[in-house]
Amino acid sequence: MASLMAMTALGRREPTTVTHGPLTITERTDVALASVAARKVRIADLAQAAQAAGVPLPGPATHQQGTPYSAFWTAPEMWFVEAPFATHELIADMLKAVFADAASITEQTDAWATFDLTAPDLSPVLERLCNVDFRHVADGHATRTMMEHLGVYLIKHGPGTARIYGPRSSAESLLHALETSAHSVF
Amino acid sequence: MTQSHRIQGGQIDRTKTLRFTFDGTPYQGHPGDTLASALLANGVRLMGRSFKYHRPRGPLSAGTEEPNALVELRSGGRQEPNTRATVAELYEGLTANSQNRWPSLRFDAMGINDKLSTFLAAGFYYKTFMWPKSFWEKLYEPIIRRAAGLGSVTREEDPDAYDKGFLHCDLLVIGAGPTGLMAALTAGRAGKRVILADEDFRMGGRLNSETYAVGDTQGADWAAATVAELSAMPNVRLMTRTTVVGAFDHGIYSAVERVSDHLLTPAAGKPRQILWRIYSTKAILAGGATERPIAFENNDRPGIMLAGSLRAYANRWGVKVGERAAVFTNNDDGLRTALDLQAKGVDVVAVIDSREGGSLLPGIRHLQGAEVIDTSGGLGLKTITVLQTNGRSETLAVEALAVSGGWNPNVNIHSHHRSRPVYDASIAAFVPGQDGPPGLLVAGAAAGQMSTHAALKTGRDAAIAALGLANGPDLPQAEDAPVCISPLWHVAHGKGRAWIDQQNDVTVKDIKLAKQENFTSVEHLKRYTTLGMATDQGKTSNVIGLAVMAELTGRSIPETGTTIYRPPYTPVAMGALAGRSRGKEFKPFRLTPSHHWAKEQGAIFVEVGNWLRTQWVPKSGETEWRQSVDREVLATRKSVGICDVTTLGKIDIQGTDAGAFLDRVYANTFSTLAVGKCRYGLMLREDGIVFDDGTTARMGQNEYVMTTTTANAVTVFRHLEYCRQVLWPEMDVQLISTTEAWAQFSVAGPNARNLLAKIVDQDIADAAFPYMGAGNITVSGLRARLFRISFSGELAYEIAVPTRYGDALLREMLAKGAEYDPIVYGTEALGVMRVEKGHVAGGELNGQSTALNMGLGKMVSKKKDSIGMVLSQREGMTTDTGYRLVGVKPVDPLGKLTAGSHFLEKGAAPVAANDGGWLTSKVYSPHLGCDIALGYLKAGDTKIGQRMRIVNLLAGLDTEVEIISPHMFDPEGERLRG
Repeated sequence: MASLMAMTALGRREPTTVTHGPLTITERTDVALASVAARKVRIADLAQAAQAAGVPLPGPATHQQGTPYSAFWTAPEMWFVEAPFATHELIADMLKAVFADAASITEQTDAWATFDLTAPDLSPVLERLCNVDFRHVADGHATRTMMEHLGVYLIKHGPGTARIYGPRSSAESLLHALETSAHSVF
Repeated sequence: MTQSHRIQGGQIDRTKTLRFTFDGTPYQGHPGDTLASALLANGVRLMGRSFKYHRPRGPLSAGTEEPNALVELRSGGRQEPNTRATVAELYEGLTANSQNRWPSLRFDAMGINDKLSTFLAAGFYYKTFMWPKSFWEKLYEPIIRRAAGLGSVTREEDPDAYDKGFLHCDLLVIGAGPTGLMAALTAGRAGKRVILADEDFRMGGRLNSETYAVGDTQGADWAAATVAELSAMPNVRLMTRTTVVGAFDHGIYSAVERVSDHLLTPAAGKPRQILWRIYSTKAILAGGATERPIAFENNDRPGIMLAGSLRAYANRWGVKVGERAAVFTNNDDGLRTALDLQAKGVDVVAVIDSREGGSLLPGIRHLQGAEVIDTSGGLGLKTITVLQTNGRSETLAVEALAVSGGWNPNVNIHSHHRSRPVYDASIAAFVPGQDGPPGLLVAGAAAGQMSTHAALKTGRDAAIAALGLANGPDLPQAEDAPVCISPLWHVAHGKGRAWIDQQNDVTVKDIKLAKQENFTSVEHLKRYTTLGMATDQGKTSNVIGLAVMAELTGRSIPETGTTIYRPPYTPVAMGALAGRSRGKEFKPFRLTPSHHWAKEQGAIFVEVGNWLRTQWVPKSGETEWRQSVDREVLATRKSVGICDVTTLGKIDIQGTDAGAFLDRVYANTFSTLAVGKCRYGLMLREDGIVFDDGTTARMGQNEYVMTTTTANAVTVFRHLEYCRQVLWPEMDVQLISTTEAWAQFSVAGPNARNLLAKIVDQDIADAAFPYMGAGNITVSGLRARLFRISFSGELAYEIAVPTRYGDALLREMLAKGAEYDPIVYGTEALGVMRVEKGHVAGGELNGQSTALNMGLGKMVSKKKDSIGMVLSQREGMTTDTGYRLVGVKPVDPLGKLTAGSHFLEKGAAPVAANDGGWLTSKVYSPHLGCDIALGYLKAGDTKIGQRMRIVNLLAGLDTEVEIISPHMFDPEGERLRG
């Protein structure tokens, strides 16, 4: 869309992939993100519009996969909605069209650095990073937690698959923390 | 001879030999040894010097309670002081040195303290070194600290890493002796998630040190088989070398795992230790019990050890401490040591049993009603003197004396929430009291259940109770001997010193002195004598100390009471507490969108919170920071400058009540702001003091974007969430931070508009985009935001694009606007321009100033209610003589100013009574050609044009200044409206 060249949160032109032992960390720049918060007493309207448009609205601490929209719960009557960046860079406008005045929509795409983690079992590395019982929680668990002083969202897609949204400006520090833990464990 | 004191048996791997040194002397041991067991196997009993009197000491114990055998382990940056040799696992290449001695362990010149002991009794430092007063800090204290002490701290940086981590389970079992193993087995077989933690490198607890059977096998073998079964369970996590050091609120326990302490160096990338935070609603304390000695004269010589420990060295480690040994006991457990040592071929010369009656041990000289009253041996035990009931005393030649005064349940962790242990006379020891940490059960010896059968049973039953299970495994057969003890705390014979707390050198005499001086409460006793205050937390000494006090005062032990324990259970390295937060990794960094560009330019960065902001961008030939900053200021005011202001907090505020919400949180009004406009806002605290300021734009009917200061971005967001969720939940307002979502640049200077016109797709002429305008625009089709606001006093805009495009936008502005010679300026130039313009920032928003102080009193609207409005008007806050923001410049243009200097009238003495206020911010203004400053001056608004002094006694500064308007540059604001 723009003539301006995008830079990743790690300061590169292309997303970064790091592998250590069985763990692969992949920077994701192809995810568009927006917050959707229900306006006061408009949750029913919001839910109706979401259903019509195929925007999932999962319950607390949960992520729900969908196409093109996936979503995870972040606060009472508030969600983060994900979609492919290539087709949904204007995700905020698109969701505003869906929800009209039933929700407050804010673009969040570039507020976060996004890392996908894969390994046969992520528990050993995540237990060194955050206070989440990753081994025990169900697939689709989504929670806010802290990793090395950074507030992040952690989404479990499976025992060996997870996504982390961390503050974009601290992407390098977050990646460093992830790599350090990987070296500690594997 | 190598390992001269090694005997057969034990759980060591004799097929492998480990080499190590102690005080430079090479020795050999085997895998499975501790440093203490290996040294004892080599005939080394002397391992340390005592804290105060520098008495020669050897290990008292074979475990974590050790007060004496403290060494400096490893060398260089890895040197660790005060390491207990009794728990330091032996490895190939281990180096250890004794500590607190000079010049050597065998000849310690500071041993003179022992001769001067009369002058060094408890509390001696409260009574001596009083004169002259000034000598205490400079002379006495340093000397005392040097003479008394423990290991030394290396000055080198620790090269190793320490991790932190979080674990979760259904049941945490603390201790892997018979109790803990049985509890874990019960829970593990029931499919529960179990963590079994033990500080030893081999699980099994006392079973590894005893000879009796569990079921139809040796106790140690039963333990090994049980560990094997548990390790095969995916729901059970076995953590050896892991000490649970504290119980905290809500079922949280901390544990230190020594991942690499048994290795010469940690494997690459691996931590030395991990500090775990374990979450478990249920936990079982199965920490066993610690044996205590009996106090008698000269009971601290190397070779005098706890009976259970001497037995452990023989049974677990295949070590005899001496050829000839004796046992001094007041209970049946001590007799076990005599039998086990004899079975191992040690010549047990005598058992000195303080009790009378009962059956005699067969084949051993068993003296009943006898006491050990003295010992001899300079650097190690040579003889003991025994007094029998018939009054006959005799001296026996022995190298080892096993002492058993009974066993104290390890109640420590149960006391971490201030639960006081209670005295159980049947075992002459304290057991866990009421009100322990919720969810923590105590079982086995830690609960005063001293037999192996009781340990197994209570371990199983505790797991059943904790987890609500229907049943548990069948119990194997095990000994169930009762505790037969007649308390004997100290031998009341002789006038010499009888040690109670061996680590802090506290004797029975010291307890007597404390009593004599009326420090009879256990809390006073502890602090006056330092009983139990060493790194061992008095594990072997506390109970004896208070029992002796009870005897002296004629009170019972329950009446006397006991002190309690705090975390950590054993010393924790500072590195483990710090984890990864050290050096450059002390905190995460936040990088601005222009960071990579700035780094290419060789920019100087400044830490602002976690942000790294560009402070200035030096050009070639500039050798001094002022040259760069002056150039950036002049170039901006002459043409155009660009500054990354992404760090300012940005908060999206939406909802039908967004405007009304802002009216309440801001002192001025925002509901009336037109869509497409922005306004400077002042936010007050409840007490009327200014909290934060910034510009808020109305982007739509129900949509505002607030900016905050960089420093307060988080606190303002938190405050707004509090207001929304707690104060006014009825309002329709939604908030979210977008600070990081947008890369935002200030473009300032007479050519700001000309430059931006080449960038943005819309018409931004003054008519189309007037001063304080705001709106969504596009940059080559890319969504962007533009605000016409100015912090510098220039014609200025702030332009924002999605963060990923920030770097490109900056480069595009510099390239496309090249004809205007744009420069990038940093926070220093930003600071100069805002001071020139009289805008407030951190120095003025100091948490104690009001809008009136800042000259912004009229911004506090009285037409509406807002947070802080009422209290900002209270008496004393609105007086005419209060502080007012003023500008300051030196009368002599070469005169110097410094922030923090105080205003004084000319001729006034520099004393607090004459203080007129202070300078809050100071810069050098290249436009005015001199230092300028902002400051808070009492009734400053009435003093414009007057001459005063600014005085800084610390900096040696006394400068005559002129008080001027804070608006020192373009006071009419013509430039920014241009």
